[in-house]
Amino acid sequence: MMADIAAPLKRWSYASVSDKIADIVLSRPTHWLWFAAFGIASLGTIAFIGAIGYLFMRGIGIWGVNIPVAWGFAIANFVWWIGIGHAGTFISAILLLLRQRWRTSINRFAEAMTLFAAGIAGIFPILHLGRPWFFYWLVPYPNVMELWPQWRSALVWDIFAISTYLIVSLLFWYIGLVPDLATLRDRAHGRWKQITYGLLALGWRGEARHWARFETVYLLLAGLATPLVVSVHSVVSLDFAIAIVPGYHSTVFPPYFVAGALFSGFAMVLTLAIPLRHFFRLQEFITDRHLENAAKILLACGWIVAYGYFIETFTAFYSGDEYEIAMVIDRLLGVYAPVYWTVLLCNVVLPQILWWRVARRSAWTLLAISLVVNLGMWLERVMIVVQSMHHDFLPSAWGNFIPTVWDWITLAGSIGFFAFLFLLFVRFLPAISIFEMRELVREEKSA
Amino acid sequence: MTVYGVMAEFVSAEALLAAVRKARAAGYANVEAYSPFPIEGLAEAAGFRRNWVPAIVLGGGLVGGLGGYFMQWYSAVISYPINSGGKPPHSWPEFIPVTFEMTVLVAALAGVIGMLMLNGLPRLYHPLFNVREFDLASRNRFFVCLRADDTEAARAFLRGLEPLGVWDVPQ
Repeated sequence: MMADIAAPLKRWSYASVSDKIADIVLSRPTHWLWFAAFGIASLGTIAFIGAIGYLFMRGIGIWGVNIPVAWGFAIANFVWWIGIGHAGTFISAILLLLRQRWRTSINRFAEAMTLFAAGIAGIFPILHLGRPWFFYWLVPYPNVMELWPQWRSALVWDIFAISTYLIVSLLFWYIGLVPDLATLRDRAHGRWKQITYGLLALGWRGEARHWARFETVYLLLAGLATPLVVSVHSVVSLDFAIAIVPGYHSTVFPPYFVAGALFSGFAMVLTLAIPLRHFFRLQEFITDRHLENAAKILLACGWIVAYGYFIETFTAFYSGDEYEIAMVIDRLLGVYAPVYWTVLLCNVVLPQILWWRVARRSAWTLLAISLVVNLGMWLERVMIVVQSMHHDFLPSAWGNFIPTVWDWITLAGSIGFFAFLFLLFVRFLPAISIFEMRELVREEKSA
Repeated sequence: MTVYGVMAEFVSAEALLAAVRKARAAGYANVEAYSPFPIEGLAEAAGFRRNWVPAIVLGGGLVGGLGGYFMQWYSAVISYPINSGGKPPHSWPEFIPVTFEMTVLVAALAGVIGMLMLNGLPRLYHPLFNVREFDLASRNRFFVCLRADDTEAARAFLRGLEPLGVWDVPQ
């Protein structure tokens, strides 16, 4: 497999891989499509900021949330974004430890994706607080009220898990970038570019002892990030599973959420990788083989997610608990039933196309499937968050959640903001790890 | 003119490794090697002995984990005991998530900060950057720099290794 992945690199040298990737950032003229996409993404970003501003003015009443459905799109978006933010670290850390060298050309932008998605995810629980300006009360700090956070609350675990994940992902991404920033510094012509990249590169020189410590810390960060990835979505799932609401209270949630996170994360990797390699002509670095491997992981995760759907339904009936059974019947036939059946179609039925090699080898089929999975996973989050709450114990307490226009603007705005950050990233930072590509070239030469 | 060292340029990782080994064998104690990607065995060949990074990460993890647990125990048992669902104040299973996250966080921060400090980074100015050709050290070329009092002899030694070029690095 390894030979297959690196084979197109035979024609490349240290100099040409470095120049190819660095010049995308340094000297390639910006395509009008980039400007068009950036314009749209900027509008989305403005809408996002506007929606948040209006929320701060008016309060969460602008959303469709109320009792009994107090958790609406904000929490569904949070879980969806943090899930997308899982594949980057999975690729960077777990595949590094497993010595899957094909990860090299996709880890950098997947890490960027992780960072942006996790950052956006972190905004939503804060927005969803009734008084978002007090969000820092979740953090232990010396205060005149002499209060401490409630350590038995899953929400406190959440803020520790999310902020640790964000910081560790940022460190992992930035440390991996430093040698490449040095390449940009040494290759840049303009004065301000030299200064900017020079400051960011921290004076990296590539000394042998520096590389030795660098590699050690990179490997150890990968080792630390591996359980971290699993822990983050497990903790997120505990926000639900610790509660007694039918549909939330389930022991399968942590593995089911982690698999769902990888599922949506790999879908997003494909959604980003396919246009990226198309527009920057990186087919020799991000090969069909890479896409095929990602598709296989997608398929495998899809089956774990399908198992989660099955076991949730099975357990409800097996438990004999009338509230659980009523919740499942409502899920299959109730007012939100179209959401459930769309979830099954998007996440279980359609991805089965990936069994066929032709589909895995066709970039545009993969792009379509990845968009379908992104949609399906978002709907799944909505289903879990909303449908469970709208139909809990007492019929007198049942009620429906109908999203308002502000719910939709906030969701669309968050996607716009993600695109905004990602477009800036591909324009100003190397989207593929240059020094690791040089290592692959060396292996290919000596092979 | 005082010089920082004498530098030679090579085309391949193998040539650099061989040059470093020869320099050490010839008695040069202070050998620096620069490459555009990590090369296995190069640091050891250049005289790198003790890698403190793993110990620093371990230390960070211990401080984070023990500190995180202590923080929760102190606040829940001593400083602010509160009856939540009839659970005992020291309900340790529920302290595990934060303990774990703190372990990872402090270990990672310690590792990165430790690596940068041991490497003497950030250091934006370095004499090596005065040599124009050194720009290629981050692209496709491999450099060795000898720091010795007798620069004349070092220069002659490096020329004997058939490099692409030999330069004095101004201080």
